[in-house]
Amino acid sequence: MSTTTATRPAATRVSGRTRPLAGTGTLLRFNLRQDRIRLPLWIGGIALVQISGPSSYEGIYPGAAERQEQATVVGDNPAMKALTGPGHGLDDYTYGAMMTNEYLGFMVIAVALMSVFMVVRHTRTEEETGRAELVRAGVVGRYAQLTAAVLAAALANLVLGLLIAAGMAGQGIESIDWTGSLLFGAAYAAVGLFFAGVAAVTAQITEHARAASGMAGALIGVAYAIRAAGDMADSGLSWLSPIGWAQATAAYVDDNWWPLGLAAMVTAALVATAFALSDRRDIGAGLRDGRGGAATATPFLGTPAGFAWRLHRASVVWWGIAVFAFGFMYGSVIQVIEDYADNDVVQQMIEQIGGASITESWLSMIISILAIVCTIFAVIAALRPRREETSGRAEPVLATALSRTRWVATHLGIALGGGAVVLLLSGLGLGLGAVAATGDAGYLGQVVGATLGYAPALWLTTALAVAVFGLVPRAAGLSWALLVYAMLIVYLGGLLDLPGWMFNLSPYTHIPAMPADSFTALPLVILTAIAAALIAIGLAGFRRRDLEAT
Amino acid sequence: MSAVLVSGLRKNFGATRALDGLDLRVETGEVHGFLGPNGAGKTTTIRILLGLQRADGGTATLLGGDPWRNAVDLHRRIAYVPGDVNLWPNLTGGEAIDLLGRLRGGLNSERRAELIERFDLDPRKKGRAYSKGNRQKVALIAALASDVELLILDEPTSGLDPLMEVVFQDYIRQAKEAGKTVLLSSHILAQVEKLCDRISIIRLGKVVQSGTLAEMRHLTRTTIEADTATPVTGLADLPGVHHVEATDQRIRFAVDGAHLDEAIKALSRFGIRSLTSQPPTLEELMLRHYGDELRANGVDEQVSA
Repeated sequence: MSTTTATRPAATRVSGRTRPLAGTGTLLRFNLRQDRIRLPLWIGGIALVQISGPSSYEGIYPGAAERQEQATVVGDNPAMKALTGPGHGLDDYTYGAMMTNEYLGFMVIAVALMSVFMVVRHTRTEEETGRAELVRAGVVGRYAQLTAAVLAAALANLVLGLLIAAGMAGQGIESIDWTGSLLFGAAYAAVGLFFAGVAAVTAQITEHARAASGMAGALIGVAYAIRAAGDMADSGLSWLSPIGWAQATAAYVDDNWWPLGLAAMVTAALVATAFALSDRRDIGAGLRDGRGGAATATPFLGTPAGFAWRLHRASVVWWGIAVFAFGFMYGSVIQVIEDYADNDVVQQMIEQIGGASITESWLSMIISILAIVCTIFAVIAALRPRREETSGRAEPVLATALSRTRWVATHLGIALGGGAVVLLLSGLGLGLGAVAATGDAGYLGQVVGATLGYAPALWLTTALAVAVFGLVPRAAGLSWALLVYAMLIVYLGGLLDLPGWMFNLSPYTHIPAMPADSFTALPLVILTAIAAALIAIGLAGFRRRDLEAT
Repeated sequence: MSAVLVSGLRKNFGATRALDGLDLRVETGEVHGFLGPNGAGKTTTIRILLGLQRADGGTATLLGGDPWRNAVDLHRRIAYVPGDVNLWPNLTGGEAIDLLGRLRGGLNSERRAELIERFDLDPRKKGRAYSKGNRQKVALIAALASDVELLILDEPTSGLDPLMEVVFQDYIRQAKEAGKTVLLSSHILAQVEKLCDRISIIRLGKVVQSGTLAEMRHLTRTTIEADTATPVTGLADLPGVHHVEATDQRIRFAVDGAHLDEAIKALSRFGIRSLTSQPPTLEELMLRHYGDELRANGVDEQVSA
């Protein structure tokens, strides 16, 4: 019933005023009460990490010389720039400059997540569960729930900003003054508010809280990726990202307030858009999916494989697009890496690595990260049968003539095959990005081949998820442990000087790190064989166990 | 031949005993009511019959086959409606009906269209947009549009409105006329009374009573209400008479089937002006089996019966 909101008969207006904001105050207090445990944890946690930053840096970099040394590390290295920030105040790298350059860009992701979850929780989640209907039936205006949610998020960000400002300035550390600290806290709040606005919009678009958080969360990722690419290439691209704006304040260095004005304007526009969109839909409904779907299933949907494909289709498409873009972004900055490699010091480093050029080493590292990211898709797909089981949707399906083995096999086929396709797309993105940036077509085949080499590792991790699903379904979530472990090994392994067996536990370590290393087939064969064995174990376990009741 | 034959079925979930030696017999062509409160073991029995869970002990035969080992072949001949239907958020109701039907081996499209109309379902809506009742309709239509020998329905109408309940009863009668067997788990007693040839009452994982409604009524009490010319006295002393409530010329009491004749004879001496008798309802049958539970919870049987 999505067509009834357009006209509102005059007779229903009792007082002549519509009072769209009636009840906002009560709802705001209610929202804050609902969050009385969660919110202080978020705010306290973020503030604590940030406020402890300067004193811990005092310990690591006790003097100006050490700080200046760190400035060359983060200032000259594009990979570090991608990870931290554009490099404000490198000439005189004070503790304050370090906070702006190395902490802010990363920490605001947490604030953005806090805001997104908060707004979605008080808007779309309430609608999806039907609680909003109960509330809206009271003396509550049309805009009251959205307003209260946005105000609650605004309040949370304001408190967080002030807490950070006071906590930073209060330590009395040289260069961390009140003016800079207030701006620093305001930059945090600005990013939080921006994403509160984003979430207010996504909560209007989709009917589902998870999709609303997912969309807003993806935009946080995009914002971070844009500023990473922008800072790395020093291209001004960062101005398209709210995280870039926060960093552009250069608090403790130049103290620019005006980027936050820009953020405030865009945030206001987002919130206004959310209100406008909320007028165009009914409570509980989204802007999408208003139309009816097909009344009958296509012949393909009626087959086990077609059914599984339908459940995974959107996920395959979106993951494919996302990893392609992610790869392309990294590929397109390869020129910067090559320029960096001209440096004498860097040449010495490369010689230490042993033969490989820095570009190749860098590509190898990016490819291993892309492979792990693509595995997330495959594990999600492989665990889909578990979600079907716990939601009770598997029961009527397995009460038909579809066997358990075939049912799992269809999902697994998409996890393994789709995983390889997603992997291929990430490699294509990276390769094409590199070709576009350098004009050297040789990168494409090299990169795509290297990326596809990771398929056996992806399969093994996926197969482990299937084995856990078949044998100890309640522990299905543990399937993620291997992936998290592999991620930690890639990021921290080199830094922490871990023993060899710890590296060997990650299947990704065994894949030849092309293009830096040369190709060897044996590890790929062994990993694939282990994956096949794990799948056989998982299927056998699932055939023997009870389907769990909801 | 029995469509369903279960004996001594046992199933534990950890320390919880879900089925404790359950026996059940459903004859081919009958509509069999499976009655019991939540947690009595109805759904567990059904899941074992569908091969979704494996019994810890006892035997179960379904359409002549082993429900666990021959699951896939048996499922071609069975349609199942779960008590709590959950649909795929991105599939429409029509797609879900076709999907479930085709995975079972095909469905009758004319019948599908008729069912959609009779149950007044909009098949174009996405699964997430349906209410509980509409989700149940989707599963019911998929089941009823399939040409199967046995329908297993687990509280299939708990979300339907009374009009749809009538439609449902129509189709169950049709299924019976077509020679199909129906196992209908329910705690809607009126539904079971109207539809079922035989019923089995399950409690704490055991079938405590099984038979036709007539057989069970024999075992229980009829409620009599009467207006008499003079106040009734002494009735409560008769054997088999219970719960006497008398006010001047009006009396209400329950009497065991075996003592009905004596009670009416005694009553007639006071000059009966009007008389209504209610056959024992399933509520009363059920209460006989759950009475001790109620008493344990501090409810006096006199009050509730």
